[in-house]
Amino acid sequence: MSQQTIFYLWDCLQYLINGITQGSLYALVALGYTMVYGIIRLVNFAHGEFLMIGAMCGFYAIRANQPMGVAIILAMLSSGIIAIIVERVVYRPIRKSGRIPALITAIGTSLFFQYFGQLTFGADPKTIPPFMVEKIYTFGEITISNLQIGILLITLFVLFFLWWLTHFTKMGKAMRATSYNLPAAELMGINTNQIISFTFFLGAAIAGLGGMLMGYTMSVEPLMGMNLGTKAFVSAVVGGIGIIPGAALGGYILGIAENMVAGLYKSSYRDGVSFFILILILLIKPSGLLGKNTKEKV
Amino acid sequence: MDYYLQILLLVGIFITLSLSLNLINGFCGQFSLGHAGFWGVGAYSSAIFTVFHPLGLPAPINMLVALVIGFLSSAMCGIVIGVPCLRLRGDYLAIATLGFGEILRIIIMNTELVGGPRGFINIPHWANIFWVYAIATLVVLFMLRLKKSAYGRAIIAIREDEIAAENMGVNLFYYKLFSFTVGAGLAGIAGALFAHTQQFLHPSNFTFTWSVVILVMVIFGGMGSISGSIIGAIFLTIIPEVLRFAGGTIAEWRMTIFPILLIVLMLARPEGVFGTREFLEKNGKQI
Amino acid sequence: MSGKTLLKLDNVTVKFGGLTAVSDVCLEIQERDLAAIIGPNGAGKTTLFNTITGIYPPTLGKVTFNGFDLKNIKSSDIAELGIARTFQNIRLFKNSTVLDNIRLAKHTRIRYGFLSSILRDKEFLEEEKRIKEDSLKLLKLFNMEDKSEMLAKNLPYGEQRKLEMARALATEPKLLLLDEPAAGMNPTETKELTELIHFIRDHFNIAIVLIEHDMRLVMEIAEKIFVLDYGNLIAKGSAKEIQNDKRVIEAYLGSEIEGI
Repeated sequence: MSQQTIFYLWDCLQYLINGITQGSLYALVALGYTMVYGIIRLVNFAHGEFLMIGAMCGFYAIRANQPMGVAIILAMLSSGIIAIIVERVVYRPIRKSGRIPALITAIGTSLFFQYFGQLTFGADPKTIPPFMVEKIYTFGEITISNLQIGILLITLFVLFFLWWLTHFTKMGKAMRATSYNLPAAELMGINTNQIISFTFFLGAAIAGLGGMLMGYTMSVEPLMGMNLGTKAFVSAVVGGIGIIPGAALGGYILGIAENMVAGLYKSSYRDGVSFFILILILLIKPSGLLGKNTKEKV
Repeated sequence: MDYYLQILLLVGIFITLSLSLNLINGFCGQFSLGHAGFWGVGAYSSAIFTVFHPLGLPAPINMLVALVIGFLSSAMCGIVIGVPCLRLRGDYLAIATLGFGEILRIIIMNTELVGGPRGFINIPHWANIFWVYAIATLVVLFMLRLKKSAYGRAIIAIREDEIAAENMGVNLFYYKLFSFTVGAGLAGIAGALFAHTQQFLHPSNFTFTWSVVILVMVIFGGMGSISGSIIGAIFLTIIPEVLRFAGGTIAEWRMTIFPILLIVLMLARPEGVFGTREFLEKNGKQI
Repeated sequence: MSGKTLLKLDNVTVKFGGLTAVSDVCLEIQERDLAAIIGPNGAGKTTLFNTITGIYPPTLGKVTFNGFDLKNIKSSDIAELGIARTFQNIRLFKNSTVLDNIRLAKHTRIRYGFLSSILRDKEFLEEEKRIKEDSLKLLKLFNMEDKSEMLAKNLPYGEQRKLEMARALATEPKLLLLDEPAAGMNPTETKELTELIHFIRDHFNIAIVLIEHDMRLVMEIAEKIFVLDYGNLIAKGSAKEIQNDKRVIEAYLGSEIEGI
């Protein structure tokens, strides 16, 4: 192997590692999209904005000299609470009007929070310090930071937690029942409104966590939700929207693909590659990689 | 004066744009979220023609050719995107068109010929208010006539019930692709007008947010209503400008009006101001 | 009495994944037949209609209509060949007027092109005028001409079912498939429906096949009855023959038959 090829391979490995980190963040945000879609079949365009609000609150908490742990908890809580309010005030009344009005409402909510964010937090980007003291390890030509490992571990922990929650707790079983068949779950005595609120809270809180973890790679600004939210949403669709492991799979595929293309080809095609994968998946298997195909009943 | 002229220009262009999207979303019921992409393709392709390869003929003839090029290039994109995407339904179609809209914009951004992220400058000022309103009038006429023909009925039937329409002899694929392609092409014409009145194009004019703005105009007036789209385009272009003059907090918060209006509208009247009907229309009156 | 064979199903099987909805069904419908398909819920009746109209292609077997093999033919083209249907859960164009529902169904009979409709030339105007007249005439047969400008969704339930039939007839079919036309109707309405179905057959000279649970209606009007059970065709014959068929009584009719 020539010297050049070896360097090329090292580069690939480095992009792979960066991609896994990025993918973890996409996965965390994608989980919220997928959980909400799974339960009420709504593409919650405002999910990215929940993340932005969480990250903003976290930023102010740090500026008020709160420790990182407190800031993260505050970020998660504020994201979650905003999500509950939005669901209660906006989404719940629209739920019966059909899917397209609901989708449009979600887009409206998303835009509202983007402008709201610009007016209240200011359009200037803000930085959150990394969630722990950064240490960089070098292996040959590649570098890994403890933050990257931390992000991966936290994501895996969240996934494990959700798996446990949905399979072994009463709440989780009620969530699954509601997602299979909402009216039937209601007839079985499940308080579906409560389940939906909880799902919104959980999804948004995880997004808020994602927003805080991102602090070390990107800055916090009012439009971050749109950029990140769109990618996370694409991840959810690629993996199979409504399916929790699908969100993670989609997130990693996108994260890795983006970093590979940006690193090896041209960074301005970074966004293009996610949409390209999206279209490819939609055309080959519209229900996503892990999704089941369903047919309309006549 | 220039300021008012500019707003009037934008109103005319948005009438064409909202009607073109109404054909896809309102009439045919195919939810597209990438309309700004078609608008952009029409704008850029027509400008490439007038900047780099204009014919040695008077400006109005060049402008006509530019409009045709705008229509054809966007319509072609419509076919290329429509053929694979139109078998998707509802949410999935919305997502796919969103993706394609962004891809079109990213391609524009990476094309050095048209200035990439710096924008496309020195586009000749060959269109004016008369062009804009002549085209808008023609498009209104086109839509009115289409609506009251077998084509329009087939397209509307698809929105109302795909399966029933198909069993009544409507070729779903053909009519979906027809509305998608013609809708895209008309957006391309709006793009050509935009390019040759503004003389400057930037990829940020054609983002997802602008797809949403056009969508709001359609929904505000009523999906499937031609008069609705016209009212929507007028109202939603002028309101933010009026609020700008209100000064103080209102001017500052005026951009949040769009989304709030959209949400309130969906909650109070999801079918829009006119529903699927036309202004002063007797036909279809609920008895 | 029975004329030329119109519809022929040869060993038609429809599977969804592991589930066999229709299994090895053979049946024939002649011109001007008035036939019924009966069977318990989930017996595959509607699936059979969906297969005939091209919504679900048969997994195995062959459907022939008027000499054409319907393999790989789109639903819309099948409509043009002359099969029209109604749906179990009414599928009208709800936000269109009654008249537009009918006019749409004339779709495959329209000759003018796209340019004609934009330019509104003579060909367009004449044909549109004819379509409107024909549609109103059809509505008149159903006593609905005074409601032509109403939105379909504002019609009472019974009239929605009637409009669906009128719409199917507007496609000028040779075979009309009615999926549970009497569902949700009271005895008076059902009686009117019986007369209406007879009238349609005689006036339009077409074959009618209906899926129905109302045994009184079926026994009264069907000249030919096909009984499906778990996707299998277990009996066929006249009302008398079906009523005395042991397998049918066992599988399905049982107590209900005593009412007749």
